[in-house]
Amino acid sequence: MIIGLSHYLTVAAILFTIGIFGIFLNRRNVIIILMSIELILLAVNINLIAFSAFLGDLVGQVYALLVLTVAAAEAAIGLSILVAYYRNRGSIAVEDINLMKG
Amino acid sequence: MFLPALFFYLFAGTCVGAAVLVVAAKNPVHSVLFLILAFVNAAGLFVLLGAEFLAMILIIVYVGAVLVLFLFVVMMLDVDFPELRKGFLQYLPVGAAIGIILLVELILVMLSWTIGPDVQQAITTPIPPLATMPNTEALGHVLYTRYIYFFQIAGIVLLVAMVGAIVLTLHHKQKVRRQSIGDQIARTKRTAVEIVKVRAGQGL
Repeated sequence: MIIGLSHYLTVAAILFTIGIFGIFLNRRNVIIILMSIELILLAVNINLIAFSAFLGDLVGQVYALLVLTVAAAEAAIGLSILVAYYRNRGSIAVEDINLMKG
Repeated sequence: MFLPALFFYLFAGTCVGAAVLVVAAKNPVHSVLFLILAFVNAAGLFVLLGAEFLAMILIIVYVGAVLVLFLFVVMMLDVDFPELRKGFLQYLPVGAAIGIILLVELILVMLSWTIGPDVQQAITTPIPPLATMPNTEALGHVLYTRYIYFFQIAGIVLLVAMVGAIVLTLHHKQKVRRQSIGDQIARTKRTAVEIVKVRAGQGL
């Protein structure tokens, strides 16, 4: 059978939903939240590149490259914030982040 | 002739399965490894779509750098992970309901649109056929000419992220002894070398 655009978009939609589901389930665990955000960005990239391939337009791949860049930068900064938070608090339970103590 | 379909379902199925296990795994190191698996299979999907440059960039940069960074941080932080998973079952029904509603909405949208007739003329950067130039060269033709501003801004974003990460995490310990290059270079012969006449047979 011919794999069409809808197949790729379905895969991207399922990955997007799993990413959002992951953020919902792991509210206390920041590392899993960051990984779910990476899944969401991967779903967006699959979408962009599927459209680029089926419409014959190269700009989708250029944009996917830029999304990849921003995703990498955001992952690095998110993890740095996490490490700085851990150094100061000793745990990564970000529920306590609104406490004025310490 | 069913080989492309076979590979598509293989890559897509493994990608989705690995994504589910990212979210559901108890051990965060397992989560990161499943995320790496999901990304490698997504790179396979990109190759099937003809975007092989982005597939390789995904594996080299994203898996090889960013997810390895995740792995470092997960292994470095000594955290009580079972305690962080306590709310898991409590949020499961609400999360599943919202997830299923979102998925149904997305699939309904996808089943009911078609590509408009005037989209073909609106294509800004047509992909040259594979016989004339490979994907990497085609991307290179447009990235440094038409999309140079985006390219430069992406570079600046990365620079800002690098500076931010260093500012947040660089931690000079006070007690650590370090080299002072200026002092080392500023030595003169007078301070560094002392000539002592030693008589034969008698030590210093």
